Amino acid sequence: MADRDPSPSLRSGPDARGHFGAFGGRYVAETLMPLLLDLEAAYREAKADPAFRAELDHLLAHYVGRPSPLYFAEKLTRHLGGAKVYLKRDELNHTGAHKINNCLGQILLARRMGKTRIIAETGAGQHGVATATVAARFGLPCVIYMGARDMARQAPNVFRMRLLGAEVRAVESGSRTLKDAMNEALRDWVTNVADTFYIIGTAAGPHPYPELVRDFQSVIGEEAKAQMLAAEGRLPDLCVAAVGGGSNAIGLFHPFLDDPVELVGVEAAGHGLDSGEHAASIAGGRPGVLHGNKTFLLQDEDGQIRDAHSISAGLDYPGIGPEHAWLHAIGRVRYESVTDAEALDAFALLARVEGIIPALEPAHALAHVAKVAPAMAADRILLMNLCGRGDKDIFTAAEALGVRL
Amino acid sequence: MSSAGGAGGDRLARTFAAVAPRAALVTFVCGGDPAPELTPAILDALVAGGADIIELGMPFSDPMADGPSIQAGNLRALGAGVTIAKLIAIVAGFRRRNADTPIVLMGYVNPVLAHGVERFARDAAAAGVDGVILVDLPPEEADEVAPALAAHGLHLIRLATPTTDDRRLPAVLESASGFLYHVAVAGITGANSAAEAEIAAAVARLKAATRLPVAVGFGVRTPAQAAMVAAHADAVVVGSAIVDLVGAAAARGSNDVPGEVAAFVATLAEAVRGAPRRLAA
Repeated sequence: MADRDPSPSLRSGPDARGHFGAFGGRYVAETLMPLLLDLEAAYREAKADPAFRAELDHLLAHYVGRPSPLYFAEKLTRHLGGAKVYLKRDELNHTGAHKINNCLGQILLARRMGKTRIIAETGAGQHGVATATVAARFGLPCVIYMGARDMARQAPNVFRMRLLGAEVRAVESGSRTLKDAMNEALRDWVTNVADTFYIIGTAAGPHPYPELVRDFQSVIGEEAKAQMLAAEGRLPDLCVAAVGGGSNAIGLFHPFLDDPVELVGVEAAGHGLDSGEHAASIAGGRPGVLHGNKTFLLQDEDGQIRDAHSISAGLDYPGIGPEHAWLHAIGRVRYESVTDAEALDAFALLARVEGIIPALEPAHALAHVAKVAPAMAADRILLMNLCGRGDKDIFTAAEALGVRL
Repeated sequence: MSSAGGAGGDRLARTFAAVAPRAALVTFVCGGDPAPELTPAILDALVAGGADIIELGMPFSDPMADGPSIQAGNLRALGAGVTIAKLIAIVAGFRRRNADTPIVLMGYVNPVLAHGVERFARDAAAAGVDGVILVDLPPEEADEVAPALAAHGLHLIRLATPTTDDRRLPAVLESASGFLYHVAVAGITGANSAAEAEIAAAVARLKAATRLPVAVGFGVRTPAQAAMVAAHADAVVVGSAIVDLVGAAAARGSNDVPGEVAAFVATLAEAVRGAPRRLAA
């Protein structure tokens, strides 16, 4: 037997019951419990099967275009006048965001489990597009649930999903955004348990979803770590990523958890934390149970879930993945927040300075980078996950900037 | 077995014994729907109509296991300002008028956590609540809630579903108490209905595995469906149809929502009482 490690890895979670400390778990209707247990067993088998990993790696390389580049943003670095800023270019992936990494992994799992129908929820539409894409690639019928309000602000992605053969169902309940789409997807799943695989897009939901989404997204951090060592011969000092549910952030952070690297997740502060109109679950929420897991939630005194607000549909969610809740609780990751206005400034900044139009989600991370990089010494290295491209957001951004298209 | 039932003794066990050999009629309403002021009269109306057991829904903003009817009921109730504290007070008032009809609070776990588990269990038991159903709290996650409920003599009622196979059933039954709630269809409330043969087979299987009474719900909307279920189960649960009726009456501006509820429940009660008994002993 190996000696007991004096400083146990922070990468070993969740525990056998799907808990990250006091967070996570499986808070679902009994109908879904056997399915989650089956999914967990199937995932354990797949993880141990080299053929599963090989097929996924092949698709990531040839279908998605991985590895995504690690780009030294020289002009941005000069503009900010401090730390060297590197961008992990996951916006260059097929479908334009990091979401495809996870969707490929899950659809391979679905096929392995003999499931013949795919469902998913989507906020900004990036996860919906990625799911519709892999469903088309594997020839499986696919239903995407999307809040009616999000459909209005992400019309290009609705068109994309339909072009890819998916059925997009408008969700009119509640705030008509991502949380309501997730409720509706869960209702579909509980009704169609025999044939349906639910591809959850964020690192939240009932165990084992937070774990498997994290594992499929960790390719981001693993690549970035190797690329950074090749480029600079050392690890970055600071990693920054936007956090809604937190899939791109956990994908970047997880491979760095045991390293001496500072990690900062950036929540959406919407109109400001004091306005009450934001999506910052850690800064403005408290622990509770929603969508199958215990985590930080925006809720009132009676435990009713409050509507989130963010200009970014992908961050407009009143919760955060349970592993983030735990990383916050133990102090390993710091969670900051950025307003709609700050994110819009960063959106415009990257376009002008680097010729890259970022999605509004990573624009939140960039706004934080723009705040902290100038105060860092020139020999410090900052790594940001540019997890999506901004084509989908040009209408939202134009409207916010007062431009009529 | 826990010594459930609080100060009222085990009202659930007494009720099942009293109505036997026929099935009990369990009626669900959303607490506070359409307004908390109407809930006491609606509870009385359920009893007047012939309900044997009442499930009182604790509204939640995100009722993931519920169909459109109960989603709408939850929203009406929340819009009218209902809270768990108000519902517990309403039950305490009901208990002063009615010492016998069991009341089971049903809902999702987050509002209970926000209220405080110990405070919830203590106040609910003192008010005369008999049991609790938490839809999104499977046995695996019950540690935070179950001990407090047990300490205050409240039954934590478990659900079995069409996906509860033989591997899963022992986990469901291990901590089950009060009665076992069989969800007749995989799905949300108020949607599809199960076929009679499926219900008969499911009840027989569950009764072979537990001595608890078996209630059957989900998709039971009409007196005819209630009679069919009552022929096989120890209790039949009707929810969405009553919630729909409350919603429609409120939308119409009815000045007698409780009266309409009592009239509909009477048709269910008559059907359940007249049902032929096919339950294997």
